[in-house]
Amino acid sequence: MCCRFGDLYKECCDDDCNYVSFALIFLFTGNNFRTFSMAPALLARTHVNYEVKGDVAVVRINDPSSKVNTLSVQMQREMTEVMNEVWANNAVQSAVLISSKPGCFIAGADINMIQACNSPEEVTTLSQEGQKMFERIENSPKPVVAAINGSCLGGGLEFAIACQYRVATKSKKTVLGTPEVMLGLLPGAGGTQRLPKMLGLPSAFDMMLTGRNIRADKAKKMGLVDQLVDPLGPGLKSPEERTIDYLEEVAIECARGIVSKKIPLRKEKGRMQKIQDHIMSYGFVRNQIYKTVHGKVMKQSKGLYPAPLKIIEVISICNSSLCEANVTHFHGCFQNFGELAKTSESAALIGLYHGQVACKKNRFGTPQKEVKTLAILGAGLMGAGIAQVTVDKGVHTVLKDTAVAGLARGEQQVYKGLNDKTRKKNITSFQRDSILSNLTGQLDYRGFENADMVIEAVFEDINIKHAVLKEVEAVVSPHCIFASNTSALPIKDIAAASKRPDKVIGMHYFSPVDKMQLLEIISTDQTSKDTIASAVAVGLKQGKVIIVVGDGPGFYTTRCLAPMLAEAVRVLQEGVDPKKLDGLTTSFGFPVGAATLADEVGIDVAAHVAEDLGKAFGSRFGGGNVEVLKTMVDLGFKGRKSGKGCYVYQPGLKTKEVNPDIGDILEKYRITPNPAVSSDSDVQYRLVSRFVNEAVMCLQEGILNGPLEGDIGAVFGLGFPPCLGGPFRFVDSFGADKLVEKMRRFEAVYGNHFTPCQLLLDHANDSSKKFHK
Amino acid sequence: MAAMMLNAMRRCSLRPSWAMRFGACSLSTTTQLQAQVQTKSKKTLARPGVKNIVLVEGVRTPFLLSGTTYADLMPHDLARAALQGLLNRTNLPKDAVDYIIYGTVIQEVKTSNVAREAALGAGFSDKIPAHTVTMACISSNQAMTTGAGLIAAGQCDAIVAGGVEFMSDVPIRHSRKMRKTMLSLSRAKTLGQRLGLIGSIRLAHLTPELPAVAEFSTAETMGHSADRLAAAFGVSRLEQDEFALRSHTLAKKAQDDGLLQDVISFKVPGRDIVSKDNGIRPSSMEQLKKLKPAFIKPHGTVTAANSSFLTDGASAVLIMSEEKALAMGYKPKAYLRDFVYVSQDPKDQLLLGPTYGTPKALERAGLSMSDIDVFEFHEAFAGQIMANLKAMDSDWFAQTYMGRKTKVGTPPIEKFNLWGGSLSLGHPFGATGCRLVTTVAHRLQKEGGQYGLVAACAAGGQGHAMVIEAYPQ
Repeated sequence: MCCRFGDLYKECCDDDCNYVSFALIFLFTGNNFRTFSMAPALLARTHVNYEVKGDVAVVRINDPSSKVNTLSVQMQREMTEVMNEVWANNAVQSAVLISSKPGCFIAGADINMIQACNSPEEVTTLSQEGQKMFERIENSPKPVVAAINGSCLGGGLEFAIACQYRVATKSKKTVLGTPEVMLGLLPGAGGTQRLPKMLGLPSAFDMMLTGRNIRADKAKKMGLVDQLVDPLGPGLKSPEERTIDYLEEVAIECARGIVSKKIPLRKEKGRMQKIQDHIMSYGFVRNQIYKTVHGKVMKQSKGLYPAPLKIIEVISICNSSLCEANVTHFHGCFQNFGELAKTSESAALIGLYHGQVACKKNRFGTPQKEVKTLAILGAGLMGAGIAQVTVDKGVHTVLKDTAVAGLARGEQQVYKGLNDKTRKKNITSFQRDSILSNLTGQLDYRGFENADMVIEAVFEDINIKHAVLKEVEAVVSPHCIFASNTSALPIKDIAAASKRPDKVIGMHYFSPVDKMQLLEIISTDQTSKDTIASAVAVGLKQGKVIIVVGDGPGFYTTRCLAPMLAEAVRVLQEGVDPKKLDGLTTSFGFPVGAATLADEVGIDVAAHVAEDLGKAFGSRFGGGNVEVLKTMVDLGFKGRKSGKGCYVYQPGLKTKEVNPDIGDILEKYRITPNPAVSSDSDVQYRLVSRFVNEAVMCLQEGILNGPLEGDIGAVFGLGFPPCLGGPFRFVDSFGADKLVEKMRRFEAVYGNHFTPCQLLLDHANDSSKKFHK
Repeated sequence: MAAMMLNAMRRCSLRPSWAMRFGACSLSTTTQLQAQVQTKSKKTLARPGVKNIVLVEGVRTPFLLSGTTYADLMPHDLARAALQGLLNRTNLPKDAVDYIIYGTVIQEVKTSNVAREAALGAGFSDKIPAHTVTMACISSNQAMTTGAGLIAAGQCDAIVAGGVEFMSDVPIRHSRKMRKTMLSLSRAKTLGQRLGLIGSIRLAHLTPELPAVAEFSTAETMGHSADRLAAAFGVSRLEQDEFALRSHTLAKKAQDDGLLQDVISFKVPGRDIVSKDNGIRPSSMEQLKKLKPAFIKPHGTVTAANSSFLTDGASAVLIMSEEKALAMGYKPKAYLRDFVYVSQDPKDQLLLGPTYGTPKALERAGLSMSDIDVFEFHEAFAGQIMANLKAMDSDWFAQTYMGRKTKVGTPPIEKFNLWGGSLSLGHPFGATGCRLVTTVAHRLQKEGGQYGLVAACAAGGQGHAMVIEAYPQ
């Protein structure tokens, strides 16, 4: 499971992507911590054991209560005991540290352990305890070799780099990283000191600020591991078992080699490395680097995330020449860790992490029939995107379009997605070809009788949807599920044309499908449990984070986004420049500005949705004039896909300019702003409060199953600021009463667009009411 | 089950004399009799309704380390030498065969159908069609079995099959970009177009493209895969070095004792007459121990000494239907009996062909491991042989990966590759298969055994095994 998150993460993290874009990354990513409730201390050792092989002690880690190893209190206690015995044993010359779990070395610290602490001081103590042990390992008179197979993350990595030598398997499951930043934390057990020494400042910053996973071969190049071991195939044992044995054998040899001085621990540095070290030895050079990185972090994070800033601060303190002598500075690192652990940002990010784990499970159980053949109608951006995330999961994927040109474009998109992975060496060209052999492109309904599920991604028009539904039902077998990838049309309206509405469901993907993690599944009153279970199973296979919501116009995500975009249009009409609007939204924490988001979604789609939902919900969904969007569409400004929207998009150009032609349109629909509600902060809250109010209303109306799914949907699907943890957590931390107060002020000017819903009022009236406990 | 019953029936049947059997052979209607024919000790593998196919003769050029005496030749020259050697040995009329098939792996682009070029050059009649097959290290096995198929189908009566590999020279290509430019250049019509194209050539265009050494599907070199395979089966460096030493020692002895009768002398143009393999180098365990791993560094176990080396060489065999051979007055050396091709995962089981192929070939022939008197396995790497032996000895492997109830069983080492193998004699990829079959025939004659088994692995995760029966003396 862990590794799957990791793989996904790798896919979306380009090597060339800026290393501080963590806010955006969070939208696309997962991380690898796992938690479990603390086991009572037992007398016998259950987590760490060792065996002496000749003169080498093999220390094996295995948490019996979990799929992964975490640095829990018990793990740390047993580790200390075992290491003390190893150090005391005169027959032992060296030690090998290895996990008995096939896919995991140590996946990190136990989050619950950190969350259970009541004060920053308590976390500080915890971090210090861990660091103390790592320090003893680092200074061990008997060399310790870390043998890494599977995820080696966070505290696990800090443990490994405290060892004298690291051997890792080249397995796909072997990933190293410091994902703490994604939880609003910093590497709290020596990573901030050891990584820069080991890798140099730039690589260390890259690792700690992006939190990205590093594959074994890259880790070897960087100097993070010393030796690689190939994963083995079947032999006299299963490949997994034998690979661990082999890793152990090689690690034991390494340990002996270090003792006999055949393997030098200090590697000869290359000339480039020497030059780099020399340059880095100047304080002003280092300071310049800190400044540059700080600047980049500020630019990307708008200063909303304390963790990356703290990481820079800690690194700069710990790596000043004073550090080694100055114990108080060292202590400062732990204090920072403790303080970060208790910030609201960290709580929000950890909350999202838990939510994401929850949304990666199928709460509807195992479907009766596994989907082995999936047919997709429409080879457009969406349809092909769905094919892209399906075909490489061993599912036979049929992509159907009505025109050769459309089909060719769609198939090319799938090919390109896989070929890009080949170019990045994530898969071989052979794997690409064999994956593609699972894709069938066609113009007719041939073979649809074998389809277990059909997902339609045709044009958003109820009549077209009805037509394809009828065509599909005429050819498919009775068990086949019909899923509609619509962003706003109510599923029950689509199902009205069906002979078997229990098999009709909504599967709302987000564009680009291969990058966006969220899948919103919409069930109607008639949809059967098994149909939902099957849709969730397919989504999970596709690697999605899934929320299952009730039916209604715009479901959950579109319904939250629509009022915010209506407000954005009003803001534009009031004379705010698109760039300024983007700046206001991004500085609030949205990874993508409102104007850019409208371009990405498509102005035509936005207009369509605004009109539909306007009809469904009435004047409450008003705000900006829909005519603005409609005029833009008429002029061909449909957003990024047409090259022009709020901005002008030129292929190859990274910077974008405001579309000069929309000035006239906005001038035509100009409204005079009311200065009482037009300060920058007010504009921000006007946008956000409408979003949040609508989200709370979805919970009130039962569209949402719970606030957790609401938060996940908003953050992963719409880019709600991750540092706020989603609309519900935002209400909790900001205060419902304060939010209602702001909304009342806006309501006075704009009317019912800003009327708080009942549930929000309930929370405002009773401050003990919280969405998240 | 059916095979076992058939087996039992055969064992119970009467034992008419051999003379009767030959009489039966020429009469297509008396197939019943054929099935009952048996030797003194063991049953024959002849089957009703299936033609007997015999190996009349097999020869090969000396196998030389690439870059030595053959260095200036071309592949078809080697193949030609083998074919001429076969003609000399057998006194075969140059128009007496119906078809010629050759196996090769790395193709010389000028002679892509090397079978035809070599046949013409060797003086065979130009009326004999020839084609070339490729199946990595079992290419000449494929050439032989293709021939056997043509005979069995009644299309041909006499076939020459063989294999050739020439590693002293391999096609090294221009880069794709350069080739593209050059092809466009040949189509360019005006001087301006030509100059434009020439001007577009950059330094990077000039980087040459070597033939791939890695498996196409997995991008892993075979040595690397062999090292992983050895590790997966827990084969130690010591075991590998010991096996390699055994191979060289046995090959040296066989060479000294004059057992390698299939080797013909070859007067290399501009050089001396070559009549011996030159890669046989029995050394000592101490020396073998000194070598560093060649593929997986620093902890690998496969070294240059316990791997087969790059070799130049060619082989050829004459295969006929039994009637034809007898009619032409030949005394065949052996029957070519049941054979199988197998394939499996090209990544983790790349070199396990013998493990998968052996039981299938034996089952087809209705034999068990203990019936086999002579084993000739292709030695790609000492580690590969040891891994195969361990796989064949493992119930767990047989149950988990082969769908068998019990293990295959290991060939007794005292019957195994007694005259050396690819590790010591050399391994010209395309030519090794014929060497294995001819060696089995010769060993059966020399050792007095009745059944032999050939097994080999090949790139692509493929494998081959064939049962050979001694021709009654």
